[in-house]
Order: sequence, then C-alpha cells, then structure tokens
Amino acid sequence: MQSSAVNSSNNKETTRSITFAEAVREALSQEMREDQDVFILGEDIGVYGGAFGVTRGMIEEFGPERVRNTPISEAAITGAAIGSALTGMKPVVELQFSDFITIAMDQLVNQAAKLRYMYGGKGNVPMVLRTPSGSGTGAAAQHSQSLEAWVAHVPGLKVVQPSTASDAKGLLKAAIADPNPVIFYEHKLLYKTQEHVPEEAYTIPLGEADVKREGTDVTIVATAVMVHKALEAAEKLAEEGIDVEVIDPRTLVPLDEKTIVDSVKKTGRVIVVHEAVKRGGYGGEIASMIAESEAFDYLDAPVRRLGALPIPVPYNPALEKAMVPQMDDIMQAARDSVHRR
Amino acid sequence: MATKTIEQVESHFEMFQILNENGEVVNKDAMPDLSDEQLQEIMHRMVYTRIWDQRAISLNRQGRLGFYAPVAGQEASMIGSHYALEKEDWILPGYRDVPQVVWHGLPLYQAFLYSRGHFHGGQIPEGVNILPPQIIIGAQIVQAAGVALGLKRRHKDNVAITYTGDGGASQGDFYEGMNFAGAYEAPAIFVVQNNQFAISVPVEEQSAAKTIAQKAVAAGIHGVQVDGMDILAMYSVTETARKNALNGEPTLIESVCYRYGPHTMAGDDPTRYRTEELDNEWEKKDPLIRFRKFLEDKDLWNEEKENEVVDQAKADIKEAIKQADDTPKQKASDLIEIMYEKLPQNLQEQLEEYREKESK
Repeated sequence: MQSSAVNSSNNKETTRSITFAEAVREALSQEMREDQDVFILGEDIGVYGGAFGVTRGMIEEFGPERVRNTPISEAAITGAAIGSALTGMKPVVELQFSDFITIAMDQLVNQAAKLRYMYGGKGNVPMVLRTPSGSGTGAAAQHSQSLEAWVAHVPGLKVVQPSTASDAKGLLKAAIADPNPVIFYEHKLLYKTQEHVPEEAYTIPLGEADVKREGTDVTIVATAVMVHKALEAAEKLAEEGIDVEVIDPRTLVPLDEKTIVDSVKKTGRVIVVHEAVKRGGYGGEIASMIAESEAFDYLDAPVRRLGALPIPVPYNPALEKAMVPQMDDIMQAARDSVHRR
Repeated sequence: MATKTIEQVESHFEMFQILNENGEVVNKDAMPDLSDEQLQEIMHRMVYTRIWDQRAISLNRQGRLGFYAPVAGQEASMIGSHYALEKEDWILPGYRDVPQVVWHGLPLYQAFLYSRGHFHGGQIPEGVNILPPQIIIGAQIVQAAGVALGLKRRHKDNVAITYTGDGGASQGDFYEGMNFAGAYEAPAIFVVQNNQFAISVPVEEQSAAKTIAQKAVAAGIHGVQVDGMDILAMYSVTETARKNALNGEPTLIESVCYRYGPHTMAGDDPTRYRTEELDNEWEKKDPLIRFRKFLEDKDLWNEEKENEVVDQAKADIKEAIKQADDTPKQKASDLIEIMYEKLPQNLQEQLEEYREKESK
C-alpha cells in the first residue's frame, strides 16, 4: 500500500522513505535518547524485536532495563506501567495484539483512566499503550479485531489511530509527552507501508484531524487502513466526476470536530468508514456528532456509515476481506450519497 | 527468614525421572504398571506423532495447512500425560496440544480442518470430551476449574486436565484457576509444559521462581516437576495426579521439555533467541531415542516395528488430508446455519439469498 496520495502535513527538510514500523521505532528511540524516564515493556520486545519487528535493535541500544521483555501477563504489564507512571516514569507498553486488551481492561478502565480523578488531581498516568490492531493478515478471530470504540468510550483515556508513517511518528511523540494514558493503535497492514518521514523529532498534537485529500462533493471520514482505501476510492471517483474530500481524524479522543464539521458544511454529504464492526463502532459517534452540529442544516443526504459486519473475523482470507469495507463499497456509498439513492 | 523458606520450598521440587537420557531405569520403584503391549502402544504414538509433526510442517509450508504449532520434542510430555487418562476425562488444550486431543478421539482430518479454519474442524464429535485448542494464553486454565467442578457436581469419576506452556504460568488466570480448583476440591490436573521459551523469552526471565511446580504451594494444591522428555515419568505423575484429583486434590504438573521447532509456523525464527548448542543439548535428551532404547533392551521394539508405524502414520495422514480436501468447502450459508438453532427472520432471508447465489 503506497501512500503517495497522502498529503503529508510535514515539510521538514531531511526526509527519507521509511516504513510505518520504522517510524514508530524512530519515535520511540528518539524519545528514549532524549528522556531517561521513557522506557518500553512488552512481550517478546527484546532480541525478538516484537511480534511485528517494531522494537528490533532497541534492546541492543538501550539495554534490558529500558527495553523490558515481560512474562505473558497483560494485566501485570499494564498495571506495572501505570504504577511506574504514577511515580514519574513514562512507560510505553507494547501489547502484542490489541485483542489482548481484554486481559488488561481493569487496569486500563478502572485504574489508568480514573486515577487522576480519584486522587483529586494529585496523580498523573503518563503512559502509552501501543498495540497492533485490525484484520487482513489471516490472524483469525482472536488476533484481528478493531476494538478501539471500547477505550474511546471511557473518559480518561485518549485514543490515537494513525494511518501513515509520518503521522505515527509525530503522534507517538505527542502521546509520550501527554500526561494522560494514551492508547495508540497501529494497524498491522500499515506496518510495511512507506512514505517520506522527517528524520528529526517532531510533534503532531493529539486532537488535530488531517485533510488527506481536498474535495467539494462528498466528505469521507476514515480511520487507519480505511484512509488508504478512501483515497484509492477518491482517485477512481474523480474519473466519474465526483470530487471527494478525505479526512483522517488521527485521534478519536480527543476528536477534532471542527475539521469534520467544516468539511461537511462545504460538501453537504458525508460517509464515515472504519474497519471496526459497524454496530457500536466509533463511526456512530462521529455520525451523531455531525447530526448534532451546525453541519446538520447543510446536509443534502443522510449521513452514511460503513463498518465491518457484526461477526467474528473469519480465518478464510476471502471471507476476512468480505467482512470489512473495501474500496468498491466506499465508492458505491459515495455515489449513493451524491445521487441520493 | 524468607530466603530459607524459599529454599525449603524449592528443595521439595526435584525433577522426577524414571528413564534417564540413555534409556536406563533410574527409579525402579516408580516404574508404572504397564504391560508390554501398552509400552509398545506408547512408543507407537510417539513415533506416529513425530511423523505427523514433520508432515504438518511441510504441508504448512506448501500452503496446504493453516495455523500450526510444532510439537517435536514434546511427545513424551503430551502422550505420556494423555495415556494416563480415561476416555471420559475432559481435556482443555492449548493451541500446541493437538496430539492429545487426536489421541483422545478427534479425527485427524478434523484437526487438519481446524488448522485450515474450516468450521467442521471445531465440531467435536459426540463422546470426545475435549474443548477446541485455546488460543488466548491461559484462558483454558480457569475453564478447567469449571469443567472439574461440573464433573464433581455430577458425581462423575472423571477429571479435567488442562495444558499450557511456561508462558501461561505468568498469567493471572493460571493462579486463579489453580486456586479455584483447590478451594472447591475439584478433580483438576494442570499441566505446564515448560518448553523453555514463551515465544522468545527464556523461562528464567519469566519468573524468580526456580520451578513452575512450586507455584502450586501458594494455591494449596499438589505440585510436581517432572522430566518431560521421559514418557514413563510423565505417565506416572499423571496417573498419580488423576487418583488425587478424584480424591478432591488437584495437581500442578510442570513438565520440563523442549520444542525443537519454531513457536508456530507463522514466521517465528528461533535462531534469534536460541543457540545451536542449546538445541543440541536438548536433542540429546530426546524422548523417542531414550524410550526406543529402553524398549529395544527389553526386545519390545525394532526397526521393523518402527517402520510399520512410520508407514502407517504416512498413510493415515495422506488419507486424512484427502478427507479434509474432500470436505465441502465452507459456504456463507453454512456459517449462517451453524450459528443459530432457530434463525431470526433477517438471517433466514440472508440464508435463502446465499443459497440462491451458491446454487448457481
């Protein structure tokens, strides 16, 4: 998946093409060189380099105390990260697959998200939990889900979902600097995507959407891998005379409502697309936000949502693909919206 | 003194062994009461499983099998513990524990279909008391406590046995499952196959405990560490654990073993975290070599017998793969049908729609 169509928001001088995974590693390494309080912990992140190779080479540079290879104990990994964060460390957890967040859920929901509030503003939990999500790799029902709506629902947690290497790098720096717990989703299919990424460290603030493509006829709000599918769809739709605007919120919490509302006011039509199951997915939140906003009066067509079918992710590659929105589905939704079918 | 307590506890967990690396009996008193035919049957199963593992790996590489976690090196641990069970006992396996469930009655072709993600692979035949292999590390351990409780409630003379790896012993579920079974005097056996690595992390780095077996102490249940490359020792401790379980006393068995292959066939490269020397060291302890020697010394095994098993295994695997290939491909309509006893109206419509499409 080449992301050449993506408008990088960075105009730094020294860039070179690196992968999403390398961009994440670079952000982690730069923060760890800069700040001795930053450390990483997770399963197989040592010599193995993590399940997706993101931390490869890091234990050699930073040593086993700052690259903590953990037992298989998701609750303890997350709880320990919270504990260390409360005492001023800046832990970055790698949760091997985002599906395993189930095992860390008490620590995240009842602990990380609540501690500052319950301690009367006396504590901070400056932790980041990075975790690979999404389908498309043949990893089946328990290793392929997109459960980001669960954490986005909980006040006290911030949720980041980058779609490109350069966004991932800048957003991860912001996430590590943030005094709140941040859940940082990395879509597995994006790890090998490449683009030009500035070498020096830079920040992309949490809560700023990015207009990945400007257009006038219909707005597509897409997250993670769907950003790329929406951009591909937009290129094809241009041939049909439909001019698509693609917005990547980049962070679900906080959500940049203004960029989305402004876009919908301009186009009058909007499609929200994510890979997560449509029922109860975060797309419902975005659609409702639009309906409640001043953009409502500008709508020329109903808000449309695309998401996965409400089924476990199939192992069979054809069915796995059939479960989640594809480029053709996005194109059809855009045509339906523009032609009011 | 805390240190002294730990030393005292740890001194109770010396590794139990019957056959040493050279196939010599080092613990005569502990020899299980097995007939010559039973001893031959155990060898048969180990050879068969080794061949099947080799075939499964190459089938996976050819794209003819899906998910597969290699078992070579763990045959004694798996088959020895399984052989001590009764047909009506329940098995809650981890994803590597396919041999036990096949020897417990799951047809081989269904194990292959499971690997391919075909729904029929998970349709356990009536009377085969197993749960499908668990993917989430440690989740089966708490469930085993529940299966055991059910058996107790129904006054069955059967046990629930569950398997995990050394990595699973770090999960909260591991302790909770043992503690629960202990508290309710449930007929449960918890087997940890300590194959030395949780994917890449060595067991020494996973815990300060010298043995995994000693973790039983905190839960107040029996704990034993056993040479998992010694099939007689594995059989013997499981047989004892089974008797104790029926008496309301669960056991944690730590089987010290080794996986020769990668963690799974999904891209793991063990050379990144294991040395060749370590591999060689463990291969010298091979469970097949030592048991073969033991049987040959008793004139119970020879090359001819071995070849018979190899040929039979190869033929069975070929047949099972054929049967898996011949199983109708799963259709969207199948998936709708198998999920509901009584279909809701909207799915009934979808079902008809799919059947219509599929009939073309």
